Amino acid sequence: MMSETVNMPMNKERTEPATVYGLLAEFSDAGAIVQSAEQVRKAGYTRWDVHTPFPVHGLDEAMGIRPTILPWIVLGAGLSGLVAGLGLQWWTNAVDYPLLISGKPIFSLPANIPVIFEVTVLLSAVTTVFALFGLNGLPRLYHPVFTNQRFRRATADRFFIVIEANDPLFDAEKTQSLLSSLGATAVEVVED
Amino acid sequence: MSNTAIREIDNTANDPSRRPLWIVGENDFTSVTETVCRITEQPKPPRAWYIAFAISSALTGMLFVMIAYLIAVGIGVWGVNIPVSWGFAIINFVFWVGIGHAGTLISAILFLLRQKWRTSINRFAEAMTIFAVACAGIFPAIHIGRAWLAYWLFPYPNQMAMWPNFRSPLLWDVFAVSTYATVSMMFWYVGMIPDLATLRDRAKTRVRQIAYGIAALGWRGSHRHWHRHEYAYLILAGLATPLVVSVHSVVSFDFAVSLLPGWHTTIFPPYFVAGAIFSGFAMVVTLIVPARQYFGLKEIVSLRHLENMNKIILVTGTIVGYAYSIEFFIAWYGGNAYESFAFINRAFGPYAWAYWTMVSCNVLAPQLFWFKKCRVTPWIMVIVCIFVNIGMWFERFVIVITSLHRDFLPSSWGYYAPTWVDVLTFIGSFGLFFTLFLLFCRYLPMVAMAEVKTVMPQAGLEHGHHRGVGDYHGEIPHAHEPEYWEKG
Repeated sequence: MMSETVNMPMNKERTEPATVYGLLAEFSDAGAIVQSAEQVRKAGYTRWDVHTPFPVHGLDEAMGIRPTILPWIVLGAGLSGLVAGLGLQWWTNAVDYPLLISGKPIFSLPANIPVIFEVTVLLSAVTTVFALFGLNGLPRLYHPVFTNQRFRRATADRFFIVIEANDPLFDAEKTQSLLSSLGATAVEVVED
Repeated sequence: MSNTAIREIDNTANDPSRRPLWIVGENDFTSVTETVCRITEQPKPPRAWYIAFAISSALTGMLFVMIAYLIAVGIGVWGVNIPVSWGFAIINFVFWVGIGHAGTLISAILFLLRQKWRTSINRFAEAMTIFAVACAGIFPAIHIGRAWLAYWLFPYPNQMAMWPNFRSPLLWDVFAVSTYATVSMMFWYVGMIPDLATLRDRAKTRVRQIAYGIAALGWRGSHRHWHRHEYAYLILAGLATPLVVSVHSVVSFDFAVSLLPGWHTTIFPPYFVAGAIFSGFAMVVTLIVPARQYFGLKEIVSLRHLENMNKIILVTGTIVGYAYSIEFFIAWYGGNAYESFAFINRAFGPYAWAYWTMVSCNVLAPQLFWFKKCRVTPWIMVIVCIFVNIGMWFERFVIVITSLHRDFLPSSWGYYAPTWVDVLTFIGSFGLFFTLFLLFCRYLPMVAMAEVKTVMPQAGLEHGHHRGVGDYHGEIPHAHEPEYWEKG
């Protein structure tokens, strides 16, 4: 299980000298990654991340991730959609071009509910997706971790902890021995 | 790679003291990834795929020829006329929109209800939703007569200084269906990003690396991303749940808000929604049985998944049967002569053949699912589900045609019959549906791998004290036990 050596990644030849992005530790078990993440957080690291093929439950707490602001953004969008849907119908059918149909009131809420609902949902959903992309910083087609060959399995069946070199506590040797002591199957340097 | 050698493992036994295992056989994260990705990575799909694709793309071509013919010549090439001014186009529209509903039900409502079994089939069903809505969207656009002015339906500032009438259910429909199509597509895509990243990371060729690389947006499985992803998925499910109920309700308003006997009933929204879920599940079962067979997915889409879907078909089919009888009861109890005529005419008039086809296929056929043998035998369920699809198409035929063909004045009564253009356009829409579907099976991850992995025992859910805020996958199972039962 434990690996004592730091393997250099199998990168292609590159022209400029590589800078170290951080250390990457591979785990093969979902339960181990939760406990390991907790240890890394307790060790005081702040610039680090866990990469998993699926959302592993318990990692939010173990990593100390605070709940995202996303739902509040969506709430704002939903309320805007509600006002927009209502305003659209009121302005177009009651003010700008009053349509008198079968003697019914020019502006009546019950007839406007379906469109208000649809506009609310549409704006909320579009905002959810784009806020998700924005907060996650995606699309971002290049990232240093992609240079690592092992990391290809981060979307299949392996679990990774990556501690960045610009973390204030980062120390090539100490960080490496911490990751190794957590039971990582491999610890490698990630270059940028 | 027709993987027919995989045996069927029976995990349908019910033992309340044990949780059923959804992914059967000797599977772990590696094998699930391999099984699902291999379908798109094999150099050639099974021969059946080529045959099906040749047929469906030919039919799609026919669809577009028929649409071109319609636009070039005019709406007179269809069988519609007064009194039956809504014919195949509206029937097909309601039919296809209804089919789409199962996908959203599986992806959103079952998600909120914490039904783990949805993970194996949700990608598949959502894809079906999108393709069905694409087929549905064609019909209202071409039935308006001057299809090139379809954009007048949208409220945009124009030189005529006019706005659409927002008190018309037909305009509600524009908003409901376009919102539904948009939200379904976003939901599908957001859920698929992690799996596209899996395909990217396994890609061997340059083309695949670039195509899946762009589609995956650079997803790297960061847990900080997963955290927001889970929230976003939950919110989208919460939004899609009332949305799916609203869409077919609004479609039913197209009928119910009119004053026509047979249409003007308050039962329409729930009755339409139940019917939509009923037909949608039938379509999912019809498609997934051959797909799991040909693509070697029997261990991921297990018999228990199929059985659960058949149970939903039984429930919704019975709701639909109940709605048919209540409609009749109210037509009599309401004491309105026109209403009771409309219903007696439905069951015993010139279109009685369509009515009784509908009743036999929709109410009687699914009753077979009371028997476990029928719920777990793939070929039986496919036959029943094909009958359900036929029956649900006839339901819309009965609703649209029988209410229109004999109106208040006997002098204007008529008998509607479709023309060859109507029939070929309808058949062509199946071609479009299956073409999109076959492309999906070939090029996209057919099973939501990341979601399936979360419900496997290896996902580490037994670490009960580590439940995060985004945790919505229900009770923690006791893993490490073989919780399925093998035949023989």
